[in-house]
Amino acid sequence: MLTALIIMAGIALVLGAALGYAAIRFKVEGDPLVEKIDAILPQTQCGQCSYPGCKPYAEAIAKGEADINQCPPGGDEGVRKLADLLGREYKPLSEEHGVEKPKSVALIDEQTCIGCTLCIQACPVDAIVGAAKQMHTVVEPLCTGCELCLAPCPVDCITMVPVPETVQTWKWKYPVIEIRNVA
Amino acid sequence: MISRLFSFRGGIKPDAHKNESAEQSIQRAPLPAALVVPLRQSTRATARCVVSVGDKVLKGQRIGEPEGGLSTAVHAPTSGTVTEVGLFPLAHPSGLDTRCVVIEPDGEDRWIELKPFDYHSASRQQALNQLRDCGIVGLGGATFPSHIKLGKGSGIDTLILNGAECEPWITCDDRLMRERAADILSGATILRELIGARELIIGVEDNKPQAIAAMREAAASREAGIRVVPVPSLYPAGGEKQLIRVLTGVEIPYGKLAGEFGIQCFNVGTAHAVYRALAHGEPLVSRVVTLTGNVERPGNYEVLIGTPITHLLSLCRPRPDTDRTLMGGPMMGFALPRLDVPVVKGTNCIISASPALFPPPPPEQPCIRCGECARACPAELQPFELYWFSRAKNFGKAQEYKLFDCIECGCCAYVCPAHIPLVDYYRFAKSEIWAREREKAAADQARDRFEFRNFRQEREKEEKAAKLAAKAAETRAKLADTSATPADAATPPAGETAEDPKKALIAAALARAKAQKAAAQPKNTEALSPETEAEIAEIEARRKRAQESANTSASPSERTPETGA
Repeated sequence: MLTALIIMAGIALVLGAALGYAAIRFKVEGDPLVEKIDAILPQTQCGQCSYPGCKPYAEAIAKGEADINQCPPGGDEGVRKLADLLGREYKPLSEEHGVEKPKSVALIDEQTCIGCTLCIQACPVDAIVGAAKQMHTVVEPLCTGCELCLAPCPVDCITMVPVPETVQTWKWKYPVIEIRNVA
Repeated sequence: MISRLFSFRGGIKPDAHKNESAEQSIQRAPLPAALVVPLRQSTRATARCVVSVGDKVLKGQRIGEPEGGLSTAVHAPTSGTVTEVGLFPLAHPSGLDTRCVVIEPDGEDRWIELKPFDYHSASRQQALNQLRDCGIVGLGGATFPSHIKLGKGSGIDTLILNGAECEPWITCDDRLMRERAADILSGATILRELIGARELIIGVEDNKPQAIAAMREAAASREAGIRVVPVPSLYPAGGEKQLIRVLTGVEIPYGKLAGEFGIQCFNVGTAHAVYRALAHGEPLVSRVVTLTGNVERPGNYEVLIGTPITHLLSLCRPRPDTDRTLMGGPMMGFALPRLDVPVVKGTNCIISASPALFPPPPPEQPCIRCGECARACPAELQPFELYWFSRAKNFGKAQEYKLFDCIECGCCAYVCPAHIPLVDYYRFAKSEIWAREREKAAADQARDRFEFRNFRQEREKEEKAAKLAAKAAETRAKLADTSATPADAATPPAGETAEDPKKALIAAALARAKAQKAAAQPKNTEALSPETEAEIAEIEARRKRAQESANTSASPSERTPETGA
């Protein structure tokens, strides 16, 4: 009886020590779920989800504080992917956070720009170049289309221009089978 | 020398339909009223326009400068005037616009001064630059720049010239080999020298006996090491990987290029263009195009790049029951969304299709996994699996089944008993995956930039705080000095030490400002007329009164309106 107890206690101790060591040795930095959610989000950093950037929104989703349908740039597909990842029910985009729009980039009307630098400060990805009292311009390939530069502009010289489809970005359509009338 | 031939798995034998156009010799297509030359000759790269409206250009004059790694130069196909530089639809399944230069021919067709390029005395890099500047791209259809394909000039043992032309209906390479075999061989030997290969194999499908004979005759008069090898006619024997497999037995594995196995492959048309570019200094401004299908006069034409398809159709005269026009072969080509598009360097064939020649496919039926497609697939894939995954938009799984090894040859769809347009699904899946990769790259870039911006803002804040702290410490030290001297009467009690540096600073600043104000003399007060002086005195007196009354009327009830004065 006693030997059995000692053996069991010994095993428990060894396993406990091993687990304790593993917990320290293989500690996961950060929340891997947050990274996974963040990878799905479109990284426009637009704040339409009411969080200051995609990462904070991802954290809020992981904690269960935010719903998965608050990201208009990610669109319907983004919600589906999040629902898939988190095993939650799909729900349509919530209207209070905005609607899905075609991908656009900001364009500064250089005739009207007064060089106030307010849009440069607002841009979350540093995609606007310029200096005080110098003309500003948007670096198009870097612009995420977050629209955060629209509001601060005192002369309303920034417009959102939809990105046109080019031969390089054109996609083959999903094959649609014609339904023929068999008379 | 008889060598063993190998074979690839799968493949199909569709009706060749070569005889319609193969018996006519290559004719020069007449000049159209206007040439629309796209600056984008492949989907990958665009040239930078170097002419403007109104410029007179000569045949072969450069109108597009190569820009970026995959770009090649674009030239004026004939002499004339640039009438427009703008967006015109491209011969592409999308029918989207691209930047084009419109040239109105002057009818003289006058060349620029052509200088043969002596590639023997020039360095390898100079020769490659010459090819780039002559706009030489692969004329088999993919329009990949030849100077890049020639690579670094080492490690290639075998150069293969692709004259298989396995697609039905197309005969432009066949005619080219029959009529210009010597030029093709000269181009091939140049290519062989540039790439440093020992062996030169010319693979031609055995349904082109005249082409094989012509090439053999031309090869006989040259040095050894050139072999013209007839390959069995089996679609798609002209696919790069398939031809390499048949001729050398080497199977190019997934994700590798033929160059890594010491083999490089060029089209016969490309070899011809290389010969023209180096031996004559002629840029690539025309190519042979097969006009065939449901037409009165099928044949092969030497067509200037930029010639509108409608102009070509007026040469071959499609019959009235033509319902659409295909560019490329019937297996891998596409129906042109519109006919006002120009010929580009990759255009090898224009087919007028009619319901009789190309009957509309019977209704699609569900896939029963019969496996016919897998038997026909020359890339040894499992097309039905790819179909399921593409259809379900399960792109990750489709990639696992090596979707990107699919060459879109159309064998699977050809044999499919359920008449499923399989290739359409693969094309959809591929372009969808590419779009996602682009989006992902953009998102990653945005994330990095956002994170760096946050880091930068944080750093700037810290730097500012550090600077302020240093300054505060400095003033505190200074104050400690001054408070030590007994002259400072305004030293506050010791209880407020935490606040006093700031307060002292403010007080000092206020005192400085006051002194400055007192010292500053009002301007334009010299040499005044007596009237003005009197006026000033009156205003000063009024101001003083007002100030006094403001001082005395402490409570708002006693305030009197002064505006009436």
